[in-house]
Amino acid sequence: MDRYIKNPFHFTERKKDAIMNSAKKITTLLATFFLSLITFAQDKKTEMADMMKENGRIYVVVAVVLTILIGLILYMVRLDKKISRLEKEN
Amino acid sequence: MTDAKNYMHKSWWKIASIVLLGYTVVAGFLGEVPRLPLLQETIRNLYFHVCMWFAMMILFTVSVVNAVRYLRTFNLKYDIYARHFAVVAIVFGLLGYSTGAIWASYTWADPNKPAYNSFSTIARDPKLIGAAIALLVYFAYLILRDSIQDIDKKARISAVYNIFAYAILFPSIWILPRILPSLHPGNEDNPALDVKNDISGSMRIVFYPAVIGWTLLGVWIATLKIRFTLLKEKKMLS
Repeated sequence: MDRYIKNPFHFTERKKDAIMNSAKKITTLLATFFLSLITFAQDKKTEMADMMKENGRIYVVVAVVLTILIGLILYMVRLDKKISRLEKEN
Repeated sequence: MTDAKNYMHKSWWKIASIVLLGYTVVAGFLGEVPRLPLLQETIRNLYFHVCMWFAMMILFTVSVVNAVRYLRTFNLKYDIYARHFAVVAIVFGLLGYSTGAIWASYTWADPNKPAYNSFSTIARDPKLIGAAIALLVYFAYLILRDSIQDIDKKARISAVYNIFAYAILFPSIWILPRILPSLHPGNEDNPALDVKNDISGSMRIVFYPAVIGWTLLGVWIATLKIRFTLLKEKKMLS
């Protein structure tokens, strides 16, 4: 009865498979290490408003704050002048 | 009032204040700052939040000097000076406190929870308590002043109280927080204005002019109030 294999559970490749598995594991491990390295590299660079400066939009904020400052200072100058006039009258 | 006319009516320091504040805003937003994690761009608050406190300290110093001048001469003019410089200093202190609250809610608070959940931790910080004590002592100065009817008595008692308040100011905002653990920079052997750790030279060239600019603005507001009060007093006497 040669259709019955003598030992059906004889895997000659078994040893090779084991090596492949461990190699796969190691590569996956290394890959995850590299992944974590990438995230470290990203952490090192602190997020700043670089985009805003590249777009030039930060100048809008500067303009707004300067306008407020100029407005307040004009008010101060007006008050100063008013008080100076009062002082002269007295 | 002759010596008052000398500097209160000069315009060069008012122009200096405007120029320095303009420079603060432009260089403060566009200047180079160190890249620090967590702080990020909020480090630029150094030019605004910290300057409020520096201006406050300088104005309280001017106030106490005028209180001493009053006690030496008993000239009521110096009492008016001391009061108005103290009021403007309190305003700067309140601005420093509220800007600090905004800054802390974005940098000290737990980012995974709403900012008010971290309130109990932040509110316990020795720097905040010290600043609150200092401001409350000066609130008491105003209450004390306004509760006395007699002008000379009011001036004398409030001048003496001003000296006591000034004596508690620096221990409560500098010495006390420094010896206790705190989140605020400038505590536990960590000077906030350290070249190596915190602020770079590029920030110093904005920070120091900013302090002068904000202080001069405070002096300007105070002198306007002083001039107005002196006018009012004159009218009352005549």
